[in-house]
Amino acid sequence: LFSLQNYPLYIRSVPTENELKFHYTVHTSLDVVDEKISAMGKALVDQRELYLGLLYPTEDYKVYGYVTNSKVKFVMVVDSSNTALRDNEIRSMFRKLHNSYTDIMCNPFYNPGDRIHSRAFDTMVNSMMMQMC
Amino acid sequence: ITEVCGAKRVGYFGPAQFYIALKLIAAAQSGFPVRIESIKNELPLPRFMALKNDTEVRYGTPAEFHGVKFQVPHATLEKNSYKRTDEGDKQEPKSPPMSPICSPPASPSTYQRVPLSYGYGKARSGLEQQHGAPYEVRHSTHQQDGPSSGNYGAKSALTCSTPNRSLSVEREQQDSSLDDPWRITEEQRDYYINQFRSLQPDLNAFISGSVAKNFFTKSKLPIPELSHIWELSDVDCDGALTLAEFCAAFHLVVARKNGYQLPETLPETLLPEYLQAACLKPMRDCALFDSYSEPLPGSQQPRDFSRTEKSSAGEVPDNSALLQDGKKDDKQALKVSTTLKMIPKEFQHLTVKTAAQESNALRARPRSRSYSSTSIEDAMKKGEEPPTPPPRPQKSHSRASSLDLNKIFQQNTQAVRSGWLPPPPPALPPRPSVSQTEQPSEVELHPQMNRPPSQAEENSSAKKEVVLSQPPSKPARRKLRTEAQGLETPELSPTINVTSSLPAVKPHLPVQKQSSKQKRAIQTAIRKNKEANAVLARLNSELQQQLKEVHKERIALETQLEQLRPVTVL
Repeated sequence: LFSLQNYPLYIRSVPTENELKFHYTVHTSLDVVDEKISAMGKALVDQRELYLGLLYPTEDYKVYGYVTNSKVKFVMVVDSSNTALRDNEIRSMFRKLHNSYTDIMCNPFYNPGDRIHSRAFDTMVNSMMMQMC
Repeated sequence: ITEVCGAKRVGYFGPAQFYIALKLIAAAQSGFPVRIESIKNELPLPRFMALKNDTEVRYGTPAEFHGVKFQVPHATLEKNSYKRTDEGDKQEPKSPPMSPICSPPASPSTYQRVPLSYGYGKARSGLEQQHGAPYEVRHSTHQQDGPSSGNYGAKSALTCSTPNRSLSVEREQQDSSLDDPWRITEEQRDYYINQFRSLQPDLNAFISGSVAKNFFTKSKLPIPELSHIWELSDVDCDGALTLAEFCAAFHLVVARKNGYQLPETLPETLLPEYLQAACLKPMRDCALFDSYSEPLPGSQQPRDFSRTEKSSAGEVPDNSALLQDGKKDDKQALKVSTTLKMIPKEFQHLTVKTAAQESNALRARPRSRSYSSTSIEDAMKKGEEPPTPPPRPQKSHSRASSLDLNKIFQQNTQAVRSGWLPPPPPALPPRPSVSQTEQPSEVELHPQMNRPPSQAEENSSAKKEVVLSQPPSKPARRKLRTEAQGLETPELSPTINVTSSLPAVKPHLPVQKQSSKQKRAIQTAIRKNKEANAVLARLNSELQQQLKEVHKERIALETQLEQLRPVTVL
């Protein structure tokens, strides 16, 4: 979950040995995200285009992106072996993430730009990740 | 005494020192020497002059630490400090007390007797140990403009002028024998409502996020905690607090200041629907347990079973158990209807919360669940774990009753396994009782939420009927079996089929409104139901056993036959 200024607000991964690699991938994929955003240009950004689709298929995994209207970016890295994941599922997952994010924003104690510590958000993300595994 | 309890050494009166000191006071007043050992004795409560009816009334037991509650009758705003006979002034003028009613941060074991109070001053004692015990009682009135919590103080000054609050406190404490730190007492609720009014005159409107933020920031809790409290209490995630949400949030703040850990999910008693209904009709008898709170320091010892349930899964079945247990208690309260309405919603909210805050999609379900839940609560006096009642359409009375039966029997089998019921004789109850119960049960079987008293009766007698009239009423059984088939009963296990179709309910009979005799009837019915339940459950299990044995025998015989056949052929 990246903020407007592209610094991470929230990173979570299923514990694996090369977690750092995922972090790296996520950061590099930000470039691709930015590219896509700028490519949209002056067109009005609507919900459909918020989902950026498959950003970057590499040897092992795929990266999906999603951006909100306030330029908050969600990036998801999934294992390529997980071929059961369809596009719709990814979309729905992003939608859930977006909803949870808006719930966080509703909290007046949350300043946009803070790291996200919300427990509800954590549980939601965890449950999603468990689902995928 | 100050020296003995360690205050001199430590330099301030922390809660431990305070409690020891109080014990020593009591000891000294009773004539015991002032030594550490004397606090082990059974001591009457220390007597403080000019303190009204406080300690003796409520805390006559010698716990390790007495939770001493000092009552600040609001009528006595003008009263000054009390006098201690034996020792130095232990009042803490340094801690400007804010709350109208304070109780010292009760140690875990004594919390059971100390309902959570408004305790800003009390809260501060948790936070500012330097200031020691919160003897704000007498000082609160005079130090309302104290430095740190000035705003809170001002507000409490405004709100603490209700003279009846002292009486209600008294009453409340005696009522809250079933203690639940997450339950909001009446005074607290009034206080919160007044606070709400000060922020937002219209009680039905929202408090916006920023206003609430400013308000709660004054409580001096760290921002992440406030954030978490908000997350818990803003159920609909709209960035604004309704009255109920506000009460919940306020209560959580108070609890946190008193040292309680914030729960991971919102406790039942703080759910908005519950609070809303409760705001309308105070239900002090509700014994809804907090199934979610983080291990409150021992404050819920009487509710061990809820603990175990919580530890086991903490999920839906447990919630239902606790809920229904609470519902059972609610039943005994007078306001059955509202509880019935509320609790299903609460239940739904519990499931929602545990499912990580989905929206209120499940709201439709629990409403119809109330009927079954009341029946279950009747049967579940001993605090067993009823299975989740499936949603039930309200019109079909017979179905409802048969559903009750399903659950009852599941409960009963569980009961038998857990062995809480004494092994009943396998003899079936006599037939006449069946017909006898049929009459009132038919009468009462109208699962309409607007007639809760009859509902209670219906449930109980429906169960009774089911339980009592087992094999004899075969035609009825068949009829009900067909009915039961059409039901949406997720728990219709095959073993229960026999009994599931039992109650010969005729839904079109008129409902008798015997509100005057209902309680008695309910209770006797409950007892009978329980006994019958136990009987039938045991019978069921025995029959199952027999069935298995017969199966085995049959298989054995068949194999023998197979072996013998070629021989005979030859």
